[in-house]
Amino acid sequence: MELIEAIILSVLAASTPLLLAATGELVTERSGVLNLGVEGMMIVGAACGFGGAWLTGSIIVGALCGMIAGTLMSLLFAGMALGLAVNQVATGLALTIFGIGLSGLIGAGFVGERITPAPHLYIPFITNIPLIGRILFGEDGFVYLSLALIAAVWWFLYRTRAGLIVRACGDNHVSAHALGYPVLRIRMYAVMFGGACAGLAGAYLPLAYTPFFIPGMTAGRGWIALALTVFASWRPGRLVIGAYLFGAVTILQLHAQGAGIGIPSQFMSSLPYLATVIVLVLLSRARTGGSTAPAALGTVFVPDR
Amino acid sequence: MQLVLEKRAERSRTVALISPLIAIGLTIVTMTILFAVMGKNPILALYVYFIAPLADGYSLQEIAVKATPLVMIAIGLSLCYLANAWNIGAEGQFLMGAVAGSWIAVKTQGTEAGHWVLPAMLLFGAIAGALYALIPAICKVRFGASEILTSLMLVYVADLLLDYLVRGPWRDPQGFNFPTTAEFDPVATVPTLIEGGRLHLGSILALIVVAAGAVLLGKTIKGFEIRVVGAAPRAARFGGFNANQLILLTFAISGALSGLAGIIEVAGPVGHLQPGISPGYGFTAIIVAFLGRLNPVGILIAGLFLALTFIGGEQAQIAMKIPLDVTKVFQGVLLFYVLACDSLILYRFRIISSSPQVARGTH
Repeated sequence: MELIEAIILSVLAASTPLLLAATGELVTERSGVLNLGVEGMMIVGAACGFGGAWLTGSIIVGALCGMIAGTLMSLLFAGMALGLAVNQVATGLALTIFGIGLSGLIGAGFVGERITPAPHLYIPFITNIPLIGRILFGEDGFVYLSLALIAAVWWFLYRTRAGLIVRACGDNHVSAHALGYPVLRIRMYAVMFGGACAGLAGAYLPLAYTPFFIPGMTAGRGWIALALTVFASWRPGRLVIGAYLFGAVTILQLHAQGAGIGIPSQFMSSLPYLATVIVLVLLSRARTGGSTAPAALGTVFVPDR
Repeated sequence: MQLVLEKRAERSRTVALISPLIAIGLTIVTMTILFAVMGKNPILALYVYFIAPLADGYSLQEIAVKATPLVMIAIGLSLCYLANAWNIGAEGQFLMGAVAGSWIAVKTQGTEAGHWVLPAMLLFGAIAGALYALIPAICKVRFGASEILTSLMLVYVADLLLDYLVRGPWRDPQGFNFPTTAEFDPVATVPTLIEGGRLHLGSILALIVVAAGAVLLGKTIKGFEIRVVGAAPRAARFGGFNANQLILLTFAISGALSGLAGIIEVAGPVGHLQPGISPGYGFTAIIVAFLGRLNPVGILIAGLFLALTFIGGEQAQIAMKIPLDVTKVFQGVLLFYVLACDSLILYRFRIISSSPQVARGTH
């Protein structure tokens, strides 16, 4: 019983950064922009988030620092990909390469430092209910925030006029432009939202997942988040399922290592990455009748005047 | 007042030629500011980064040694990118080439194996790199899976495989528990070109690859097909060019070159297999490819320049205690500027005054 509870708790913790980053990327891609710089924005968010929390002693300030850092990084991307109409794939790669270097530079002074990680919710009696108590009512705030965020994104995309416009920009920017919507500005907001989410996802790692910062601690989670949007066919509901499945794979390999199964740890560690490849192949294969991706995804748009 | 992009009637040749230089200039300005912010003397830092390594023979050799893998990988990547195939997993193909080639070195260690060992290692490295690159290419062609994500995921897998081998079955028993294989035998080592120096035969191979790349792209029909498929997919379909076949071909060549670079690095400058054999060559080569305008000669020059930043970065760390990550920041900033300046080849800036049409822009 306690083992199951521990496993579920750790799956939720491992899934949360994936869900946060993928939520941001989902909105970005729904507006028609492919930002491959998620890993770069995450890792800068991790360094700035830890720095903010370490200097002020506040997890909330740390989370805000991570979000601001991610947003600033995304503005760099927006300036290039939207303002200068540069190829989005190349710009996203540049953002990741730049981010990895920048985070090492920012984080250099923090390596070896520790903070008190984000507290877990505790409601007397309720949290003590066996099994479900801690799982439902004993998480850190980020877990609830990530779920609230994806719910809000679902509501925004499918239940509001603004969400409809965002999706229109992603499916056909020429028509959206012809209808008078400022495609580039809408996309910039979507990119910024993606950056803030990625920054928060990065900050989650040193603020709640581990209480310290190490260079390269995102370890490809940004790329897995990108794969998750494909996995989810750009739908919020499936994104939650996907993020928790991937979190489960991550935890599975950790527990398998702990249990002393005779498989070398490196093979177990490669599971999340292999799973990503396999999932991408199976999904792309299963998808008949054309792609479900936003039709204008990744294409450059320069308004005519 | 608003700044807008306006499409040029045709590509600007002048901008195309000078844009990499503008990009480098802007990067240096940015780095000067960064050094100043870090409290380092910017003039001295720039000198240590870009001038000092050019001033002595040892550093010049090191630049060539570092440029060798960068140029080899970037030539292959440029073929992919020209064909609009996004191989960004060169780092993994590099590692797989290193692993596959090292297998022969490890198995023949201490035996009387003759001079066939090194050629066999190079061959194995290239084949392994090509096969590893074909995984994302086949996934793309057969199933439509994004080659960007799959090729990148395989980097982590290759990294872990290398880690497993050098910590487990291939670990040197006399290695004081360090995760490394034993030093390769002389027959399993890339010969050096200068007595007592570090410059090795691989650099010659890289030059041959540059020449081969130039011939392939400039003089052959395949090279023409690659360009057309990338630049005008519709025209390529009408021309009967098979885009899928070209994705497989360019990925295979690119992977083979990355794998070759990997085994050359291990059998040459490093001398044994260990984790951390690459300071991100596979990713830096992406920058080299773009800075070199996806052109073989341009890539050679860009590779030497990026190699200079690696050497300058190491020297700046020793001489001025500037963290090594500054080199990565430098490379990222450079890529940004290269891409931004490229935008000016296709577009020009125009300042327009606020017209009713623009002001209406909100909904």
